[in-house]
Amino acid sequence: MNEVIVGHISEFPERSGRVFRMGTLELAMFKLSDGTVKAIDNLCPHKQGKLSEGIVCDHHVFCPLHDRKINLHDGLVQAPDDGCVETYRVEVDGGGIVILFLKDGLGTKVS
Amino acid sequence: MKKKLVMIGNGMAGVSFVEQLLKLNPNRYEIVIIGSEPHPNYNRIMLSSVLAGDASMKDIILNDWNWYRDNGIQLLTGQEAVSVDAEERTVTTNAGVTLAYDELVFATGSVPFMLPLPGADKEGVIAFRDIKDCETMMETSKNYRKAIVIGGGLLGLEAARGLINLNMEVAVVHINKNLMNLQLDETASRMLKAELESQGMRFLMEHKSARITGKERVTGLTFEDGTHEAADLIVMAVGIRPNARLAKESGLEVNRGIVVDDHLQASIPNIHAVGECAEHRGLTYGLVAPLYEQGAVLAKKLAGVDSGGYHGTVLSTKLKVSGVNVFSAGRYTDEPGTKALRVQDDLDGVYKKVVFENGKIIGTVLFGDTSDSSRLFSLIRSGQDFTGKEKEVLFGPSGGGGSKTLSMEDLVTAMSGDEIVCGCNGVTKDTLVEAITEKGCVSLGELKACTKASAGCGGCKPLVEAILTTTLGADQVTKVKEGICGCTTMSRDEVVNAIQQMRLTTTKEVMHVLEWHNPEGCSKCRPALNYYLGMAFPEEHGDEPESRFVNERNHANIQKDGTFSVVPRIYGGVTTPEDLKRIAIVAEKYQVPLVKFTGGQRIDLLGVKKEDLPGMWKDLDMPSGYAYGKSLRTVKTCVGNTFCRFGTQDAIKMGIDLEKKFERLDTPHKVKLAVSGCPRNCAEATIKDLGVVAIDGGWELYMAGNGGTRVRAADLLVKVKTEEEVLEWTGAYLQYYRETANYLERTSEWAVRVGLDTVKKALEKKEDRDALNARIDKTLDLMQDPWKQIIENDDLRVAFDALTAKGAVNPEAAAANESK
Ligand SMILES: Cc1cc2nc3c(=O)[nH]c(=O)nc-3n(C[C@H](O)[C@H](O)[C@H](O)COP(=O)(O)OP(=O)(O)OC[C@H]3O[C@@H](n4cnc5c(N)ncnc54)[C@H](O)[C@@H]3O)c2cc1C
Ligand code: SF4
Ligand code: FES
Repeated sequence: MNEVIVGHISEFPERSGRVFRMGTLELAMFKLSDGTVKAIDNLCPHKQGKLSEGIVCDHHVFCPLHDRKINLHDGLVQAPDDGCVETYRVEVDGGGIVILFLKDGLGTKVS
Repeated sequence: MKKKLVMIGNGMAGVSFVEQLLKLNPNRYEIVIIGSEPHPNYNRIMLSSVLAGDASMKDIILNDWNWYRDNGIQLLTGQEAVSVDAEERTVTTNAGVTLAYDELVFATGSVPFMLPLPGADKEGVIAFRDIKDCETMMETSKNYRKAIVIGGGLLGLEAARGLINLNMEVAVVHINKNLMNLQLDETASRMLKAELESQGMRFLMEHKSARITGKERVTGLTFEDGTHEAADLIVMAVGIRPNARLAKESGLEVNRGIVVDDHLQASIPNIHAVGECAEHRGLTYGLVAPLYEQGAVLAKKLAGVDSGGYHGTVLSTKLKVSGVNVFSAGRYTDEPGTKALRVQDDLDGVYKKVVFENGKIIGTVLFGDTSDSSRLFSLIRSGQDFTGKEKEVLFGPSGGGGSKTLSMEDLVTAMSGDEIVCGCNGVTKDTLVEAITEKGCVSLGELKACTKASAGCGGCKPLVEAILTTTLGADQVTKVKEGICGCTTMSRDEVVNAIQQMRLTTTKEVMHVLEWHNPEGCSKCRPALNYYLGMAFPEEHGDEPESRFVNERNHANIQKDGTFSVVPRIYGGVTTPEDLKRIAIVAEKYQVPLVKFTGGQRIDLLGVKKEDLPGMWKDLDMPSGYAYGKSLRTVKTCVGNTFCRFGTQDAIKMGIDLEKKFERLDTPHKVKLAVSGCPRNCAEATIKDLGVVAIDGGWELYMAGNGGTRVRAADLLVKVKTEEEVLEWTGAYLQYYRETANYLERTSEWAVRVGLDTVKKALEKKEDRDALNARIDKTLDLMQDPWKQIIENDDLRVAFDALTAKGAVNPEAAAANESK
């Protein structure tokens, strides 16, 4: 497991996406209304739409290109469409620091 | 061994008969159906809805290919039966297939009657009968504009309405002086005509067609009086003829249709006919209700079950044109021995006529308000005697309004189980009750999905609802309405009214108070609500960027690769060398891959990375062109009298004034304007949401044009004299559009939906225009340039940058953060 600090919670406008980049990795991160932050691959399984630009409703994001609805908890595309995107664990610590948990071997190692 | 049943015709009557036969006795026959159309059985009635854009071809399939396979039916589609040998009992098709039969059923329907006019064989002259005709019309509308429909009956008017929805200009030619003269009396006809005219339909009444002009393709229609009407498409809807040619050649007795007895038996043993091709007691039918009744009788006969035979059908019709409610049933004309009860209310556009003979209701015509249609139709069929209390039929026992003599519920209770409720789909009361009690349907929508009842013309809806309430009890019925999205059942108007009356000012509040199913809505309702709130309360509602579509949130247009395009405002298409230089420098600095002139007379910088947007805006130092927004886009202008020798007015100045005044305005959908300096119209003002064309001494304003997917020529809104008046009318028009359109509805769709006349009327009076302008001005005063706002606000600006790792999590980093 590879944990990195992404920034402070105040840098996340509510229910809007932000892009996170590291090496070749590009994630879409969202702060939900309940204050939690979610991270998924910034690539819609349909036609590579930038999910960071989607509209966020509770724990779902709607792809800006053709409106696929994706569950931010598990990355599953909702019926009637199907598909999935990779999800990443994110935690916000007591000081509001946003920490992203990358899977091993993903992205560039941060020293 | 199974007996062989061969049916010629794969249409509504035939297949419905087979369905009923299979229910009664699934194993008696080996069934072969020959159908000349290359489709499985579909709902012909719904072709009107397909043409009008309310249904898709897929929605109208009644029995799909699997149904035939699952029921072991052999279907020969795209083949026509060409001969019948009644001695040998065989049928042969044009593909050379010969089939032996024990029982033969003709279900060949009708053929449209084509007027034998010279030129009727030209390309572009068609009927309205099948999927192919429907496709031809939809195809034609893409490349041509003018259509003539010959025939002002049910079919002709539905075709005309569909063609209007396809953005064609439609003239309806009718030989009689009354529309739908076979179903309506003069008063109702007149009201219908006025209503349809307000929907944009044009009529040529009492016109006799003489000749169709054109070389290969039709160019128009000449009438007997020598006048001529141009057309790229002519649809003949002048009537139908039973399709009985093959039957006649086979030696069957044929008058108008194939003559059958009360058990649908034709003149040769083992041959039957059902549907529009059949003639029963001297009558042929052109509507579906009788076909189901005939099918049921024939199914019983061929299944070996006793039935009382077929005794004819009382007909009712409903015009399937949205916004128009017309209903007629039975004998509605005044004849000797009949008395009519009439209610005519020109204020609300309502007309009701009920015809009595010896105290019994024999016919009715309803216009405007057809809520009584099911009840009256049942009363006609039940033959109840109203002698001495005829008036109660419309006014209730007190004789003046109030409760109805017989409620729908009473009627439903009195109906027998096998009585057909939905004529279009042949659904009986029993079927509905079964769906409610056994399949658990609790709403009209579920019943429709389950039984197809009310999925056709919709005329039986009140009756289906009444069956639902009597079977379940009123409190058990779930009313499912179509809401603005899946999160609510409320319509646009209900939502907007609620916002205004309860002074709701945030999307959260709306969703909470109006009990949205999804707590934070969806990508459909969120942007819509954000717009409606901003429209209703420009000051109180704070715009919610998170509820806007990607382009409006980033103030740039997203491209398919995730990059954006930047379009600065160039008022009226007039620029300066300085601005051009600045644009050039910016394009070079940010290595913009493509620089292009847009159709709206400005410059598009394409392929920009999101991170670069704020920097570019800053360097450009020009206002946003809103090329991404549901907002005023461009005001296209020609040079007008500034340079052009034809120009009558200063089109450039007019355009710039309009653009400066209305830029940044939020609108339901994008809005494009144009100003031309004379009627040569070089700025193409007549395909814009609002077009201004200069004339000598004034201006013409055109409304609701569109040059997009559905081209629509604008209609003249008004002629005015001064530039101030142009601004005044434009402001009022735009505000009326903002206040009454559905979110994401262009002016062209909106104006047709609410009616061009409604719009004109709303803007007619100076005081109304002033009030609208006061409201739009208030909104305009609050608008700010978004690019500037973002450049000046750090929080807004950094959101355009990507986040990167600030470091790995380790105790030191955590400590360092703590001490901050
Ligand atoms: C646009 C439109 C709107 C309508 N709206 C309404 C309405 O609102 N209400 C209403 O009650 N009715 C309406 N009708 C009428 C209704 O559709 C007809 O009454 C009904 O379809 C007739 O059914 P049918 O089976 O007798 O004939 P059809 O449905 O016409 O079926 C006959 C079939 O037999 C095929 N056929 C014919 N000859 C042969 C042959 N020799 N070999 C093989 N196949 C053959 C034909 O191709 C056709 O597919 C409408 C009709 C149209 C066209
Ligand atoms: S519309 Fe008239 S005034 Fe304008 S450029 Fe064309 S010809 Fe000249
Ligand atoms: S790319 Fe996401 S829905 Fe099409």
